[in-house]
Amino acid sequence: MAQPPVTARGLRDAIAAGSVSAEAACQAALDRIAATADALHAFREVQGERALERARQLDRQTAPPGVLHGVPIALKDNMVVTGETTTAGSRMLEHYVSPFTATVVDRLEAAGAVIVGKTICDEFSMGSSTENCAFGPAHNPWALDRTPGGSSGGSAVSVAAGLTPLAVGSDTGGSIRQPAAFCGVVGLKPTYGRVSRYGLIAFASSLDQIGPFARTVADAALCLEAISGYDPLDSTAAAVEVPRFGDALTGDIRGVRVGVPRTLLERGIDSAVKDAFEQSLRALQDLGATLHDIDLPHSGFAIPTYYLVATAEASSNLARYDGVRYGFRAADASTLDEMYDRTRDRGFGAEVKRRIMLGTYVLSAGYYDAYYLKAQQVRTLIRRDFERAFDAVDTIAMPTTPTAAFRLGEKTDDPVQMYLADIFTVSAPLAGLPALSVPCGFTPDGLPVGLQLTGRAWDEATLLRVGDAYERVTPWSDRQPSL
Amino acid sequence: MARKLAASDVHRIAKLARLELTTAEVDLFARQLGAILDYADDVQRVDTTGVLPTSHPLGDTPRWRDDEPRPSLDREAVLEHAPAASQRAGLFKVPKVL
Repeated sequence: MAQPPVTARGLRDAIAAGSVSAEAACQAALDRIAATADALHAFREVQGERALERARQLDRQTAPPGVLHGVPIALKDNMVVTGETTTAGSRMLEHYVSPFTATVVDRLEAAGAVIVGKTICDEFSMGSSTENCAFGPAHNPWALDRTPGGSSGGSAVSVAAGLTPLAVGSDTGGSIRQPAAFCGVVGLKPTYGRVSRYGLIAFASSLDQIGPFARTVADAALCLEAISGYDPLDSTAAAVEVPRFGDALTGDIRGVRVGVPRTLLERGIDSAVKDAFEQSLRALQDLGATLHDIDLPHSGFAIPTYYLVATAEASSNLARYDGVRYGFRAADASTLDEMYDRTRDRGFGAEVKRRIMLGTYVLSAGYYDAYYLKAQQVRTLIRRDFERAFDAVDTIAMPTTPTAAFRLGEKTDDPVQMYLADIFTVSAPLAGLPALSVPCGFTPDGLPVGLQLTGRAWDEATLLRVGDAYERVTPWSDRQPSL
Repeated sequence: MARKLAASDVHRIAKLARLELTTAEVDLFARQLGAILDYADDVQRVDTTGVLPTSHPLGDTPRWRDDEPRPSLDREAVLEHAPAASQRAGLFKVPKVL
């Protein structure tokens, strides 16, 4: 790794200028992935031949190049591609070959991106560490004994270690932003409805959203623009105009009002994370933004609300894995009922079963009102808190996570402890809002810390503008892990 | 002391969720689900009188496509990857139902 990794924008321009071919760029990415496979385990499967063939096609292409022409990109292993395996990190789908392709894949390829493989993720996106993946965890490139975060951990590793300039993941309660923070890269969860989910393996349908990982905010903007927009195949992909996000990156954030929910930040934050966060606020002020104390009174209830809503939806979504039409089937059952029950017990991992059980419980007769309906009502209050806050500010700043990356194995025995790490990331999806994590420093141990900016619905542009302006005056995105 | 669910509750939920749990799993989930529910009970402290529930955050933005007939997935391609199927009859196969 002698040379610094290039940005997607830089690589695309180099390919357009003819100084490097798409095939050579693809081969270089494949070589990096192979060289780091043992240490990082970022990919569940690398699709080298398919990628090289596609890159050669791009090199022959005479039509005008797309915005991601020739850029190698990694795909979280929960987005389907015709004829390829997609496992969602589960034994249930270990040998699943999809008969259709996700819209996000079609859009990336239409923009000229070259998909090089599928990255490690927690099973059905349920987890914060990639330790719930049936095919082993990925490792944090900044400290190999630590988690890269999850669930989209492998995608974050791919970008952080310079394997690919871009990756896509999905975020339900923080699954893009938390691994982005843990790995020191940019991660964006767009507004609910911004990106089509056709072909994304569902976890919790009122929360799931696809978004990019990148080394720079400008690259994240480029990728977001490529994948956004209405899709007749997904009724939740909103018919909202997609701006040219790159145009928002003016570097000028004078007068931008940044809200800080001080009460929420009083307890439970690691001091090194707190220090980095406070420093990032000062940097925003130096750039001409103004800071405002705000109150999000119901955000203290966001974690239980999230886990009640998400598990209820998951228990319903995962009912489809019954061994009949695709995926794993237990071979030794003599009746249909036995086949269902055994297939699901053996095909799902522990965390997925735990969440299906919890979701089934909160939806069951006698508990629905007390848990599920109650959580949906608190969700309304959480949304209203944000609406009120955005009357007075343009974006809300928080640390992305209360601590830097924890050690692999540290929290696997205690689900509640694992869930508590999501304190700052679960509110945005509950409210349907966009949120961006940008690198904002390092702990004394050399672990990255993330600054999270949450915005109004459909206003990713402000988040990208603030994140980009901050990135320009800070050195964090230039640092690379030594492998 | 954290709450623990009764084994009978765990069995009832497992039946609804169509999971054949092992004895070890029943005990583990009784403890873990109890602990999670203990924590989740926090939401009971919120006054939600008269508050409408949010089932999704999309508001009025969904747009339905026109209901025009179009080809669906190719049957042969779908059956090819089923755990058990008959291409000739165009059917998924399952163990006996009764």
